Amino acid sequence: MRGEMHMSSVATKPSTGTGAGRMIVVNDFSLQIATANGSGSQTANSVLMRAIFRMGVPVSGKNLFPSNIQGLPTWFTIRANKDGYIARKREIDVLVLMNAETAEEDVRAARPGAHVVFEKKLGSDRFRDDLHFYPVPFSELVVKLTMGSDQAKLRKLIVNMIYVGVLTDLMGIDPAEIEAAIKKQLKGKQKAIDLNLAAMRLGLEHAAANFPGKIPCRVERMEATKGKILIEGNAAAALGCLFGGATVCCWYPITPSSSLCESFIDFADDLRADRETGKKTAAVIQAEDEIASIGMVLGAGWAGARAFTATSGPGISLMSEFLGLGYYVEIPAVVWDVQRVGPSTGLPTRTMQGDLLLAYYNSHGDTKHPVLFPATPEECFGMAIEAFDLAEELQTPVLVLSDLDLGMNNWMSDPFPYPTGPRKKGKVLDAAAIEKVRESWGRYQDVDGDGIPWRTLPGTPNPFGAYLARGSGHNEKAQYSEKPQDYVANVDRLARKHDTARTMVPKPRIEDRFGSADGLLAFGTSHHGTAEARDRLVSEAGVGLDYLRLRALPVGPEVRDWVLRHDRIYVVEQNRDAQLRSILRDEFPDRADRFVSILQYDGLPLDATTVVEGVVSDRTARMRRSA
Amino acid sequence: MSATIPAAPAPKTNRLGLPKADYEGGKSTLCLGCGHDVITKQIVNAFWGMGIPPHRVAKFSGIGCSSKTPAYFLNRAWGFNGVHGRMPSLATGALAANRQLLGIGVSGDGDTASIGIGQFVHLVRRNVPLVYIVENNGVYGLTKGQFSATADLGAKQKNGAVNDWVPIDACSLAIELGGTFVARSFSGDMKQLQTILEAAIAHRGTSVLDVISPCVTFNDHEGSTKSYKWSKEHETPVHEIGFVPFFGETLAEIPAGATKDVAFPDGSTLRFRGVGRDYDPTDRDGALAAIHTSHGTGEILTGILYVDPEKPSFPDVLGLVDEPLHDLPLDRLRPSKEALDAIMESLR
Repeated sequence: MRGEMHMSSVATKPSTGTGAGRMIVVNDFSLQIATANGSGSQTANSVLMRAIFRMGVPVSGKNLFPSNIQGLPTWFTIRANKDGYIARKREIDVLVLMNAETAEEDVRAARPGAHVVFEKKLGSDRFRDDLHFYPVPFSELVVKLTMGSDQAKLRKLIVNMIYVGVLTDLMGIDPAEIEAAIKKQLKGKQKAIDLNLAAMRLGLEHAAANFPGKIPCRVERMEATKGKILIEGNAAAALGCLFGGATVCCWYPITPSSSLCESFIDFADDLRADRETGKKTAAVIQAEDEIASIGMVLGAGWAGARAFTATSGPGISLMSEFLGLGYYVEIPAVVWDVQRVGPSTGLPTRTMQGDLLLAYYNSHGDTKHPVLFPATPEECFGMAIEAFDLAEELQTPVLVLSDLDLGMNNWMSDPFPYPTGPRKKGKVLDAAAIEKVRESWGRYQDVDGDGIPWRTLPGTPNPFGAYLARGSGHNEKAQYSEKPQDYVANVDRLARKHDTARTMVPKPRIEDRFGSADGLLAFGTSHHGTAEARDRLVSEAGVGLDYLRLRALPVGPEVRDWVLRHDRIYVVEQNRDAQLRSILRDEFPDRADRFVSILQYDGLPLDATTVVEGVVSDRTARMRRSA
Repeated sequence: MSATIPAAPAPKTNRLGLPKADYEGGKSTLCLGCGHDVITKQIVNAFWGMGIPPHRVAKFSGIGCSSKTPAYFLNRAWGFNGVHGRMPSLATGALAANRQLLGIGVSGDGDTASIGIGQFVHLVRRNVPLVYIVENNGVYGLTKGQFSATADLGAKQKNGAVNDWVPIDACSLAIELGGTFVARSFSGDMKQLQTILEAAIAHRGTSVLDVISPCVTFNDHEGSTKSYKWSKEHETPVHEIGFVPFFGETLAEIPAGATKDVAFPDGSTLRFRGVGRDYDPTDRDGALAAIHTSHGTGEILTGILYVDPEKPSFPDVLGLVDEPLHDLPLDRLRPSKEALDAIMESLR
């Protein structure tokens, strides 16, 4: 197994709770905590992650949760990596087993040599003899904190903070940072803070007294997170919408997008109320369904507002008819698709990049839309603003494809730069401008040759700018028309507009470190596993690959040049059908056989090993063929 | 050979000094004698009479014969002909984005009661400030005469097919949903229709106008319960209506005798006089009971069946600023750098 080389812990002999003779690995491990959904472990896990982050160690947290309110299994994985790799790692180094339901399976699946902290009464150490076990009587300890028979619910919550204390001792986490993280998390609720601190200390003292041998995966202070923040992609997107001047937010709750609009509501309540009158500069409408959400967004966009909605795949399916209307009537709109696993209801709480084709070609007839691919919270913030600018400049719906991994997990990020650019309104005629062109103007005339017409806004005090927007066939003057030549002229102009978009959408990030013949191509959250794999391919297989991260569709000239410069291109995607490859093959028909897919579609965030294996096996197969 | 051409008489103008021509639209492409064209004409009359600046009006529609009509009135107003059954959401977004707009939506019975029932329901719940007209003929005209969801039980199609399904009554449904202005009229009763339209324009919430509007091509035969003949025979006005707009000119005659006045927040007044019955249009339960009873008697009750001018409208509930949102300068929309920095600090 190639991944073993990067394993953070090398165990030679199995032992129970004694650290003697084991190689110590600093700031490079994956820690997984298995609990039951709704048991309140989220607070404890966030505290752990933040404490490691505040010790200056690069960290990422991934919550693997069920579509359930209470009771089903949940796993939270924290990866700490001194080199800054934050993709999911396949191999887990340290496990905490709090859930009786999954404990046996979790132990059986653990990699040899892993370290396992477990609820003593589960007896998890009977299943394997090649792991390091740390039995802790959590259920006995927690009673010391709250004796009352009516306190069962509270005990269920604070027992989680005991494993935080145990790990603090076993892995060398600074207790002061844990304390600070608890205080931050519980925001001044003193009674709760005191109880959680007591629980953490109880765990810490128990581990100190009972486990002389510590876990050799250690956390040591470094400086790599200085100035950085921890944020979920959805919150970052909401901030981008807010600072990008969004004035209308319409939504229908759906995992994993709900927290995007909920964050927007929280921020807007505070920052978008007029200081004197209290009146709001943002309309937030919880619609009756996704069809209504996008309808409201289009109505608002037609009336000149910066309107957006956030949803996931099922919502995009429902929005299809309206998105075609937005395309054909030419209305700015921004739609966030925080992707989850389809088809149908699929796995609603798992991640995927499965909506590419759905988004790009959404709706009946000939339609294609600009689609943006943020890969980080910082890009969620920046692209939220860019999407509004593009939507208004191009007068069309723009889709932003995030995913559950990016949207709902906490990511390390540089703080977001304050946006200073103007609001790009695009081609809008005001009353005076209408007056100058009132005889000649047509809503759908291509006067500038870029396919983008000039629009007017309802309510403008010059009735010569009035027009009837319609989803039925129309001519340049927005009049109903079924004439073949009018139809063709109009859709050909829309195709020209799409070509204009190629030069306006976010440009790719190109890192040609090697000047290699072959290249790696990824987008969105596939970036993290791919970037790590690129480095591992050098150290493990001696293969250096140039790398392009696609940030938007349609592909622009920079992507075209790069594709033509490279011979064989590994396209990394988190879906079964190689959806991006389909689009690339359509864009580069002469090179259709040069795109090699590396796919992961099990609902888990992409890990680097998948990419390393994909590249190596393709190269091995080719060498065999040519030998 | 006269050397001078006599001057044409100056056209009659409204309170803005605009002639009625400024409120007209394109030529109708509907069938000759279609009830919808009568409604279109009364829309022109009402907006002209009320002296609404055309550019402030936003027209909305879905899909169907009725939904074509926004092209036939108020050419100087912006309009949005959307997708089937989803006009309410377009209007909701637009009217939230720009509170200065005065919205009018034209829908049909299929567009409202069949495919669009979901959005209709939520439009009324939200009290979006929109005059929402259902041009109700009980059939799908553009697809050649299939029943819609407002067709009466036992009504006959032109080909003899009988409707087996219970009809949806947009008025009782709207009242049930908290509707604040619910009226029924008949395209054959132009006077009543125009008065109701004027009052609806003055109303600041959703005005639901279910207007029986016979389809001369597919639903005007013997056995139809939406024909001109049937509608004329069964129309039962519950009251006479007078309307005095806020600017004081009496647009519709004020009925004499025992009357009930309903004042609007903008200063307009509606005056009602019962016809053959004691009908209180501010009594919600009474209105529902009367409509339910009429379903048994076969009467088509017309008039303003229920009105509550005081309930806050959608943008009021949202607490929005008065200006159109697109007019707000960026410095009122983009919080300060300090605000962003403070959020960033809280995430460390």
